[in-house]
Amino acid sequence: MAGIGVFICWCGENIARTVDVKKVAEEIGKLPGVTVAMEYKYMCSDPGQTLIRNHIRDDKLEGVVVASCSPHMHLRTFRAAAAREGLNPYKVEMANIREHCSWVHQDKERATAKAIELIAMSVAKVSKDKPLDAIKIPVTRRAMVIGGGVAGIQAALDMADGGIEVILVEREPSIGGKMAGLSETFPTLDCSQCILTPRMVDAGQHPKIKLYTWSEVEEVNGFVGNFEVKIRKKARYVDTTKCTGCGNCWNSCPQKKIPSEFDYATGNRTAIYIPFPQAVPARPVIDAEHCLKLTKGRCGICEKKCAAGAIHYDDQDEFVTEKVGAIVVSTGYQLYNFRAPETEKTKGYGEYGYGRFKDVIDSLQFERIVSASGPTSGEIRRPSDGKEPKTVVFISCVGSRDNNKGMAYCSKICCMYNAKHTMLYKHKVHDGEAHVFYMDIRSGGKNYDEFVRRAIEQDGALYHRGRVSKITEEGGKLIVRGVDTLAGKPVTVEADLVVLAAAMVPSKGAEQLAQKLSVGYDQYGFLSESHPKLRPVETNSAGVFVAGACQAPKDIPESVAQASAAAGKVLGMLSKEELTREPEIAHIDEKNCAACFACYRTCPYNAIEKAEVRDRRGNFIKMTARVNPGLCMGCGTCVAVCPSKSADIEGFTDEQIYAQIETLL
Amino acid sequence: MRGLFGEIYHKGNAMKFGYYPGCALHGSSNDYEDSLRAVLKRLDVQMEELDDWLCCGATAAHALNYQLSVALPTRNLAIAERDGYGEVLAPCPLCSMELIKSKKKLSESKELRAKMSEIVELSVTGSTEILNLIQLFHEIGMEQILAKATGKLESLRPACYYGCLMTRPGKLLDFDDAEQPSSMDKMVEALGAVPVEWNCKTECCGAGTTMSDPDTVLELARRILQNAVDHGANCIVVACPMCHVNLDMKQSAVNERYGTDFAVPIYYLSDLIGLSMDIGRKELALDRHFVKVP
Repeated sequence: MAGIGVFICWCGENIARTVDVKKVAEEIGKLPGVTVAMEYKYMCSDPGQTLIRNHIRDDKLEGVVVASCSPHMHLRTFRAAAAREGLNPYKVEMANIREHCSWVHQDKERATAKAIELIAMSVAKVSKDKPLDAIKIPVTRRAMVIGGGVAGIQAALDMADGGIEVILVEREPSIGGKMAGLSETFPTLDCSQCILTPRMVDAGQHPKIKLYTWSEVEEVNGFVGNFEVKIRKKARYVDTTKCTGCGNCWNSCPQKKIPSEFDYATGNRTAIYIPFPQAVPARPVIDAEHCLKLTKGRCGICEKKCAAGAIHYDDQDEFVTEKVGAIVVSTGYQLYNFRAPETEKTKGYGEYGYGRFKDVIDSLQFERIVSASGPTSGEIRRPSDGKEPKTVVFISCVGSRDNNKGMAYCSKICCMYNAKHTMLYKHKVHDGEAHVFYMDIRSGGKNYDEFVRRAIEQDGALYHRGRVSKITEEGGKLIVRGVDTLAGKPVTVEADLVVLAAAMVPSKGAEQLAQKLSVGYDQYGFLSESHPKLRPVETNSAGVFVAGACQAPKDIPESVAQASAAAGKVLGMLSKEELTREPEIAHIDEKNCAACFACYRTCPYNAIEKAEVRDRRGNFIKMTARVNPGLCMGCGTCVAVCPSKSADIEGFTDEQIYAQIETLL
Repeated sequence: MRGLFGEIYHKGNAMKFGYYPGCALHGSSNDYEDSLRAVLKRLDVQMEELDDWLCCGATAAHALNYQLSVALPTRNLAIAERDGYGEVLAPCPLCSMELIKSKKKLSESKELRAKMSEIVELSVTGSTEILNLIQLFHEIGMEQILAKATGKLESLRPACYYGCLMTRPGKLLDFDDAEQPSSMDKMVEALGAVPVEWNCKTECCGAGTTMSDPDTVLELARRILQNAVDHGANCIVVACPMCHVNLDMKQSAVNERYGTDFAVPIYYLSDLIGLSMDIGRKELALDRHFVKVP
């Protein structure tokens, strides 16, 4: 191919300091097919782009190589510039002479030689580029939110207010998530339920939001713009259309001593129950494991008491499939289980006695004990004997920042809620002592550090910088042995109640869900965003977005902000009639395909379909693998595994790669 | 993970272990060795003392000379390898820890293996498995033990005392929770005793400071004894010779110093297993304990 233009960028000093750009231009200009080779200080700047455009127009260029930074940085920029001049954007290639060359070398002569080789490779590639067209995909203008905590509710409301229909799936009987169980929130100490429940009601009543509570995502098929999600509606044993939420059933249920999940076992519930009074929907479910009718075939009181005839003991799980264009995952978190697990010997905090000592509880349990809607109606009573604890110890970083036993990361919100807990406690027990053992106080955020200082200075919380080594029980007291590393002394506190600020970990089942959605996750199970800075709510699975603590430990404001961001992204995406995608995806030569389906089995995105090849009369000829352009992410795994060399990536064909290699030989 | 020889021994009828007594079991704690021998004999388990073993280095070597602290246990590991013992019992937890530490270092570095092989004048790979007393009985299996038992130890309310070393460091040892162990409790429970829940399972008894800092040892021993008694224990079970010395031999000194009247029998774990099989007190060397054993 003739008519190739090569544009070499100095990147200010970044490239020019180590690479002799003039010499590079000179050498590249000698390559066959290259009609223009020139350097410029900032190729990405407006004059730089104009330079490229002028040459495309005046020299009738058929291919362009920009030798500058990583294509991650500016490939789109240069392709757009070329497209404006009428050149097919996929005939623009980049040679990375910055990250791959100038930044990692010091010897100018050798770096220059390497830059020439890198550019020559790109010239070889561009000469075999074919014009490609962006892929257009029709869009279903509906969205799904998985997980109905505060992030999910926010995302659902924002999208529904933006005019699209939203399916909100929640596996618990009610939406509300962890926030619904919190007492007050930092740094304002406003009541968590008071600010959340109106939004829950909004979500429940919104004409554009369809709620599936007590439901789980079973299967995800399809691709961006065209997902089909199979939802399991777990047997509720209550017909929500007939039920009026009157409460006769749960008030008359004889099974009253079942530990309440919502209260983290600090309180009890009945077998037919709503998790909390403000539940949305305010419709009960029957706990099949504890219901006497369902386990032993007797009782049946709730059915008799139900005037609406809404109880159905023969209810079964149901499956429904919903079509959506985008999915927001907001499955939240749970607390790290610091009760020494039986199997993983090196993990767990046996020394803190959680599970052995009734008065060693976790922070979410403490939230319920302080909460006005909690089992003690907000009076601070310890679990063992119901007495008011006069000395409470709060321990930070239980499982966080601990490579030996827990997680290496900081759970981010514990410093703040520890301070909050000391305040809430002191506001109710004026003569009580609140001790905090901490490693560092991490209180970055608007009005956050002021809040911690208030806990210490005004409310008199006693902070000890150090860890607790052991908790034992002596004569009804919990003996907390720790150290104050600032004072350089061991500290022993005789406590009535100990609250462990356990690490935040992804909620149960997050990894399995991520696998269904082909979304990446880290070693802890937190879902991976597409780019930590520039694509914080997108994932590498097109059309799937993340919000809230399923992505990393977060507090409420951050979760809400991220949820709104995800909603904005979805609204933007669904505002178009159809989606365009980069065409650099796999292509299978169906004539050559032997239908071994090695690609079908290895494709990480399930983008390969088994298809039939038929002649014009419709007679079956053979089977073939076929790429679904909506699902393919262009990773190239199929190309690598195909034994008959029938798979190729558009824009990265074998022919192009070999041509690049040849320039080096 | 079991060594090659371990598997071979398992296939045969009689189990055989190498035995590394360390200084304690041949000296101050020979009652421990007698008890162990009596029990293993009854269980048809062979325990063969390593030929020409030497000191593990204990607390002294690693404080003085790093190379020596690795070489001493390595020599013993090398002897075990040379003589084909896949598994070696080291009933003193300090010995077992020193052996395990060296084993780990050897398995991680080819260079160290070469260097140590030269120093100890025997080739060594670090493949030998080291067992402490609890692990030994795990290996033999509770079923085997209960099959030989003639009665239940129903009157015993033992406080199982693991001491500071048995489970630590948690990363190195992979057999129980380092901070809240329960393996010994489960064993004595199977024997019919009722282990008590108490607070000092992994506290320090003063260990090797018996000579250098007797005051501290007495204070620590008092705390452990007091806590066991407060939680309803009528005896303490140990699996470490130093723990036994500090709680048994020093008990009268504790009583003298603090005006207490402790009379808490201190059993080795092997003693309880022996008693459940009706092995004689003398054979178990219970008559040589300082605190009278009922």
